[in-house]
Formats: sequence, C-alpha cells, structure tokens
Amino acid sequence: MVQKAPRKSAAKTTHQASAQVIKDLHERMVRIRLFETEAGKLMEAGKLPGFLHLYVGQEAVAAGVMAALRDDDQITSTHRGHGHAVAKGVGFREMYAELYGRVTGACLGRGGSMHINDLTRGMLGANGIVGAGVPIAVGAAFAARYKGEDSVAVTFFGDGATNIGAFHEGANMAAILGLPVVFICENNGYAEFTPQSAHMLITDVADRAAAYGMPSVIVDGMDAVAVHRAATEAVERARAGAGPMMIEAKTYRFYDHQGVKGLRHPYRSDEEVAEWKSRDPIDLLETRAVADGTATRAELDDVWRRTRDEIAEAIAYAEASPLPDPADLLLNVYSG
Amino acid sequence: MTTTKTPTVATRKLTYVKAFNEGLAQAMREDENVFVAGEDVAGYGGVFRMFDNLLDEFGPRRMIDTPISEAALVGLGVGAAARGLRPVVDLMFMDFIGVCLDQIVNQAAKMKYMFGGALSVPLTITTASGAGLGAAAQHSQSLEAWLAHVPGLKVVMPSDAYTAKGLTVSAIRDDNPVVVMLNKVLLGSTSEVPEEIYGIPLGQAHTARQGSDVTVIALGRMVGEALAAADELAAEGVEIEVIDPRTVQPLDTETMFASVRRTNRVLVVHEAVTFGGLGAEIAAQIQDAVFDYLDAPVLRIGAPFSPVPFSPVLEKAYVPDRARIAQGCRRLLERS
Repeated sequence: MVQKAPRKSAAKTTHQASAQVIKDLHERMVRIRLFETEAGKLMEAGKLPGFLHLYVGQEAVAAGVMAALRDDDQITSTHRGHGHAVAKGVGFREMYAELYGRVTGACLGRGGSMHINDLTRGMLGANGIVGAGVPIAVGAAFAARYKGEDSVAVTFFGDGATNIGAFHEGANMAAILGLPVVFICENNGYAEFTPQSAHMLITDVADRAAAYGMPSVIVDGMDAVAVHRAATEAVERARAGAGPMMIEAKTYRFYDHQGVKGLRHPYRSDEEVAEWKSRDPIDLLETRAVADGTATRAELDDVWRRTRDEIAEAIAYAEASPLPDPADLLLNVYSG
Repeated sequence: MTTTKTPTVATRKLTYVKAFNEGLAQAMREDENVFVAGEDVAGYGGVFRMFDNLLDEFGPRRMIDTPISEAALVGLGVGAAARGLRPVVDLMFMDFIGVCLDQIVNQAAKMKYMFGGALSVPLTITTASGAGLGAAAQHSQSLEAWLAHVPGLKVVMPSDAYTAKGLTVSAIRDDNPVVVMLNKVLLGSTSEVPEEIYGIPLGQAHTARQGSDVTVIALGRMVGEALAAADELAAEGVEIEVIDPRTVQPLDTETMFASVRRTNRVLVVHEAVTFGGLGAEIAAQIQDAVFDYLDAPVLRIGAPFSPVPFSPVLEKAYVPDRARIAQGCRRLLERS
C-alpha cells in the first residue's frame, strides 16, 4: 500500500507561530539535515564502522518537539536517533566522534550511532532495541514527579514499535500513574522494510492511545510548525499534571532503513518517495517563511552556511580524535 | 570485677522474609530516594509478605502498586535510576524475568557503559526463586546463570535470614543494577539477625563451615543442605568446608581457590539445572587456577535437564539435597 502524504494544510499554522519560533525550527532542521547528509557521505566513503540509520525527511518532528522542551526535560529516542540528539542540543563534535568510534565520542566510542546520549542535555539515549525507550521515559517522568520537579519526559518511537509489548506496557503505566510523559509516534509508514499495512490493521497509530485512556492528536509530520504546536500543548498539559498524551506525526524517511546506498529490494515505489520528497519539511518551512516575510532567503542561507562550517569543524575534530585505548576495555561496565 | 559489654549483635531470631522486610525498611529510612514498585507490593504487602507494613510507614508515594507489566516495571526503575533515584522493583517470581529481560539485560545492565560512565543505574530487582512449593515449572526456576552471564548486572543469593537482610541493604546502596534472588523455601526459616542496619559486602564469599577434606561451594538454599550434609559426614569422620558465595556476580573465586588449596577436593551444588549452570563456571575457574591442587575432578550437583516438576515426589527428586551432597563428597573422597 502506498503511504499517502497527509493533506492537512499548514499555511494556517504558520501564521500562528512567531518569527522566532520559525527560525528556531528552521535552524534545528537544518542542523539535523546537514549532520545526517554528511554522516551519510562519510559512511559511503567507508569511514564509519557499524550501522547508520538516517533521519532525513523526518526533521520536522524532532525540531517541532524539541523546540517545545526545556533543557531539563528528558527524552528517550530510537535507533534512528541522531535527529533527536541534534535537536535536543547534543554537540556535533561528540556525535561525529562517536560515529567514528573515537574516545572523545558521546559514549567514549562504546556506543556508536545507535546509542548516542547526553545526560547534560536530557538525552537519555538512542536505543538499539525497538520500543525499549518507552518505559525508560516513564521512569524518568516518575523521577521528576518524585523529586517534585516539573520537567517532562518525551519518548520517541516509530509505527513499528507500537507492536511491541514495551510500548503498550509503558503507555498504560504512564496513564495509570498519571505521569508527565509525551508519546511521540514518528509514523514513517515502514517498520524497517515492511509497510504499515502489513504490520497493523489500523491506519492511525494514535487510535492506540485510546486503549489507555490517553488523549491523542495526529499531525502532519512534514510541517514543523504543526508538530511544534501539538507538542507545546502536550508538554504544557503534562507539565501541569494532566498526565500523558500521544502525538502521531505522519512523516517519511528519504533514505533507506539503514545506510545510504538504498534499495537492494525496492519496497517503496519511486512515485511514493518522490511524492514525499516534494513535501520536504525544510523546503516547506523556507518557502512559507520567505513568502510571508518571516525570513529572507539570505538569512536562511546563512543558517546553512554557518551549520556547514560547524559540521566541517566537528568532522575534523572527530577524525583528529584518538581511538579508545584497548587497555580501557573494561571501563564503565560497573560503577565503583 | 565485672565488665559490661554492649552486644553488637542481637541474639533475636528473625525469619528470612522479615529480615528482608526490615532491611528494606531501614534502607528506605536511610535514603529518601529509595522507593518500591511492583505488583501487589503496596496495598497487599507482596504475595510472600515481603513488603508487609511498608505502605503504612512510607505511603503511596514510595510504595507503588503497578499493573502486571514487568517490562514497564523494570523500565520504570531504569529511567528513575538514571534520574538519580534508587528504585527497588519486585518481580515476584523469578520466572517472570523472561517478559522483561530486555529492560534488565539491554537497558539496565548497559546504560552506564553506553553513557560513557556519565551515570549509574542504582536499581535493585527483588524476586523469589527456587523450587519446593509445588509451584511447578513456571514458578520455580533458579535462573541465576542467565543473569550472571550479563556484564553490568550483579546477582546475590541470600542463603539465610542474616544474609537476606545484609545483602538486600547492600544491593540498595550499590550503584549498579543488582538482582536479589530470595529463595521461596527459605522465606520462613530463621537465623540471628542484628537489629541495626548492616550491609554484607557484595562479591565476598563466606565460609559457612570450616573443614579439611572437601570444599562444598553451595548457592542459595543449598548452603543449608550442605551444612546438614556436613553434620552427617562429620559423624563419619569427614570434615567438609562449606562456602557460600552470597554474591554470584561478581563471584569471589579467591576464597574458593584458597579453600581448594587446603582440601584438594571440590563439589559445587546449586538448585539450577546443571547444564550451563554456574557450577560449570566455578569448576572451570578452579581448574584454571588451582588444577595442581586437585586430587579429583571438580564435581557438580544440580537439577537434571528438565523443567521443574509439579508432583511433590518428583519435585523432591529434582532438587539436590543433603543426601546427594553427602554422597557426592563420599565419591570425591573415594578417588585418591
């Protein structure tokens, strides 16, 4: 089944966001896009070990949600986690260094692409296990309430993850305990290579929230402003003590499930990919921003240029960084 | 002239389950960050009465009844521990770890490592293991070998009331994820237990009885059986040394090696299935380190390669006992 791009008009929502928010969303998306495309090039050049699950195409979701969060809010992420980390403020240097397996990386070279985390940014980890971050976010939200803090926890997961027990258990646990958790389903239509129609009989993952007494909303995941608006409502609601909520963002990944080379087994049609690419979330935002006078083309180009410079510097830093010392093989297995 | 001494050790006896309960309550008083979550732990006090009266003292903020959702329960503990709390989560029967093994093995155990040491996961998982109550194959297993195989986890097996309290307190104070395997048959057994809070160091074996002829390394409930076998053998003029590892991960092999150097004969006994059990690990380490001191191959006694049976006559035949331990020691001594 062809994944249809949502037809929801976002022009109206653009007018409801301030110029400052638009620029914030734009910058977060550009940072993700460039981080990812450069990482893809490094992978293609054979410079990076391991796997690379690129986020390109889904930037509006990470940007829209993270712009609604504070630094002390916590997130748990997926195996496709670079976008979340970048948008939450994790530095390019430690992220590239981790992709290279260097000791200066976010995990000291022990985690790699699928496990980037940063406690100082409330980034509780990308996760190699589908759905596993959901209950962990619930625990982080529990801790916030236990300590009397008003931070919230956000858990990102894909459509495929909602078929795993941890998602359902975590959703029910958050609901029954009334915890400040926001559930963000990034529905890109595919569980790895299997289309949604082959792994669930429902069209909207948001329907699943109802089973736990949790409100939900569906948003156009290519529209950063729409995502941001929904996330802001859900986060404020959670922060005020009204319990969890789910947002389903209909989105798309432009690259393959893994890597950059693409389709050994064509599981998506060229037409489908092209249709979604015609709604590139960054193009959409830029076109509207220029049209309504929120930003000039020169201002937007400057963001790309500055970010490119920053990324080039971070890659150089990563390549110049030392590799881990095999003598430290047992580092951090245990505390103390 | 008479001297008065303040007794440092109380002479009162306490049951295993009450000793656990007392240690937990004292640890909760000691540290505001300790809370308990699990199925039936608060309102009901736990199916084994492990959590009796704790709701009265600590209230629903710190004693949380959860849905029957072990993955979300352990995940709650992981997330809360990552945010600075010291959760105690109860899995009721050890057999249930199968439904939450991802959160234990891939999340709790690896988080510190993956975060480059930036955090610790001071999570305690309590559970009841072992056969002997006619609870059959899904409520009677001893799965310590599964857990001890995972870097990042610690596993303790209290063999009496004294160690139930001290190991529980140490588990809660420890900055690593620790699984406390309480033994169901021992719950009502008594031993002398000091009233004050005390921890038993993790990773230190205890020589429960000194002897010169055979070293018996016994896990959990098998310590009592080994001590009973020692009494039987003493009547025959055979002195066996009984070592209780108390912690099976990390395992105190030095105490075992020192004993082997004195006795030259070793029997390892556990309730778990012999194949792939910790007896194999202990035997291998002993042969690697002190082979030259051995007068006979290391002997293992454990359960046969079968699920735990229901019928009492079968269950009795299944679990190792004092008679089999004594017989094993005689066999070892027959070899010159």
